[in-house]
Amino acid sequence: MKISMFHLMPYRELPADFEKRYQSVWVDPPFWELADPAKVGQYYNWTLDELIYGAKAGMDGICVNEHHQNAYGFMPSPNLMGSVLARATNGLDCAVVQMGATLPTTIPPIRVAEEYGMLDCISGGRLVAGMPLGTPMDANLCYGITPIEHRERYYEAHDLIMKAWKSREIFAWNGKYFKLPMVNLWPRPIQQPHPPVWIPGSGSLSTWDFAAKHDHCYCFLSYYGNNLGKRVMDGFWEFVDKTGLDPNPYRAGFLQLVVVAETDAKAEREYYPHIRYFYDKCLHILNEYQMVPGNQDYRSLANSVKNLLPMQTDLINSIGNWKYKDFIDNQFVIAGSPATVRDQLMQAVKKLRVGNLMVLLQIGSMPHELTLKNIDLFAREVLPHFRNVWDEDGWENKWWPKALQGKVNADRVAALARSEARAGK
Amino acid sequence: MAATSEKTLKLWDGKVTAHVKVAGAGPALVYLHSGYGLVWDATLDLLARDFTVYAPEHPGTSANDPDAIKPLDDVWDLVLHYYEMFDQLGLEAPAVMGHSFGGMVAAELAANNPRRVSRLVLVNALGLWRDDAPIANYMVMPEAQLEKLMFADAHNPARKHIFMNLEDPESIIRVTWALGCAGKFSWPIPDKGLRKRTHRIAAPTLIVWGKQDGLTKPVYADEFKRLIPNARIELIDKAAHMTPLEQPAALARAVREFLKP
Repeated sequence: MKISMFHLMPYRELPADFEKRYQSVWVDPPFWELADPAKVGQYYNWTLDELIYGAKAGMDGICVNEHHQNAYGFMPSPNLMGSVLARATNGLDCAVVQMGATLPTTIPPIRVAEEYGMLDCISGGRLVAGMPLGTPMDANLCYGITPIEHRERYYEAHDLIMKAWKSREIFAWNGKYFKLPMVNLWPRPIQQPHPPVWIPGSGSLSTWDFAAKHDHCYCFLSYYGNNLGKRVMDGFWEFVDKTGLDPNPYRAGFLQLVVVAETDAKAEREYYPHIRYFYDKCLHILNEYQMVPGNQDYRSLANSVKNLLPMQTDLINSIGNWKYKDFIDNQFVIAGSPATVRDQLMQAVKKLRVGNLMVLLQIGSMPHELTLKNIDLFAREVLPHFRNVWDEDGWENKWWPKALQGKVNADRVAALARSEARAGK
Repeated sequence: MAATSEKTLKLWDGKVTAHVKVAGAGPALVYLHSGYGLVWDATLDLLARDFTVYAPEHPGTSANDPDAIKPLDDVWDLVLHYYEMFDQLGLEAPAVMGHSFGGMVAAELAANNPRRVSRLVLVNALGLWRDDAPIANYMVMPEAQLEKLMFADAHNPARKHIFMNLEDPESIIRVTWALGCAGKFSWPIPDKGLRKRTHRIAAPTLIVWGKQDGLTKPVYADEFKRLIPNARIELIDKAAHMTPLEQPAALARAVREFLKP
């Protein structure tokens, strides 16, 4: 299987009483009361350094995403970050996973096809093309997209990008939302006809349908861990089965928070404050912003109000009283010694049937040095044990860059280290 | 409550089924509701004593027909679909009254084809924008903040018509979807260019405004008066944005006065 390191680029020093003083971490946290551009510059550089460190430590891929007006993640242009990452990881067998540029808010959407083309060329064909719908906060509230048109606009943007990649002829696009008289991409991606496409989602049936219809990889990006994740992924696999697709585990991606220390006790000591920070502050999002009227179509709205919302609300209300143990028991975070993490992560991967795992290794306020330690321990003590998961079943990861098929970044990293040692560096 | 009947009409080449509540007797008065969906309130009861009130439900907000919103994409489609509705109801040039989001639509109907609207009543209407009085995005506001903008008396029992009951999934779904359907024509800022078209409005216009309106502040009443050729303002005390729910008697009286032949 493949395990990639995900980064959100959070502001790491929000005030201790942030969640009491402000109504939301997203959309309206006042920048000048909370943040300092010089610190932000430091965070961007740390974020890049941490991801590059992960690549050099042997991670299979490195991921960034897009959010706006959000103190827990503010890479408004993930492709600016991706550009640095692509350049800095040349020579490694590490995928550049853009999770990614938000389709309905990138106008015209062929901008995504162009920038992904650039990244694929710069990286020598190592790009994974994430195609996010975008959250209501980002797309409707920050970028003004009419909620009831959000998904339709996304589908059109996707179809336009795919056609722009697949078509060898210049074509005119007369869509409902986008009208382009002569689509003729420069550059074209190295990966032909197009890089693998991953669709991030939050469990809605319409996204499963969409990913299945186009044979893309579906990634359930949740901060609530693999226990809740299982409910969603069971539904996904049931759906895959009903649709008549093969149960290839690489069809699915999942995001899990993971922290590793020398011992279980040390993990609690070192990481708990940052876990607290993440769930208390980073996920302090105004309910009304998450429920923008019109964002969900009527049937999804009815489904989430009747089925998902009550469950989520109860859970989110209880997090405030949780102790470290509750985060672990509920598997929001997999934490502990390398042996503990290996064991729990293996169970999670198997029960979710996930081939393309993403791990969040920098969490909330976690400082740079501690993040590097987490990456280092994860890459050395955990990652190697997962390399052959799913191999015995003979599944092929169709959603991984062709140039990296059959290669393992950790092997490349080790080979580079040996050759550097021989050269006496 | 006045006895209402419902008319069901096929509009927009058969693609939109419109539901219109009808009550009362007398000259025709079309009433366009706010973004929260049609509430048959005391104001409509009072008006039904003197008028035949036609209260269409905004496309998508009728029970069991959420998809009626789909074929109409922009204000222009919405306006034309209403002219088709007038045709089917046999209304050549009715008086049109609109509240909040419905006020914006009413003004568009009177501006796009001035011959289709004989009198215009705007009640705490959306549709314009002033940088010195920005209109809050009421669709995503927590209740505790919104109630201060919407009601002069935050304890007004009529609040139950616009604030969803979180214990009742049906209420959450109904209100959320109604706002989503209004948002199709008003997101993210309820200014879709009406200002360019108001000079075309020929109908004598009554602008009624809750004095304590915190959402569309009374400067918007002044702004509508400035932009519409033949308009006058009536301010209503002890009312904020939800005047039809807050001061039905005063509102109905003002409208009756204005529409008197």
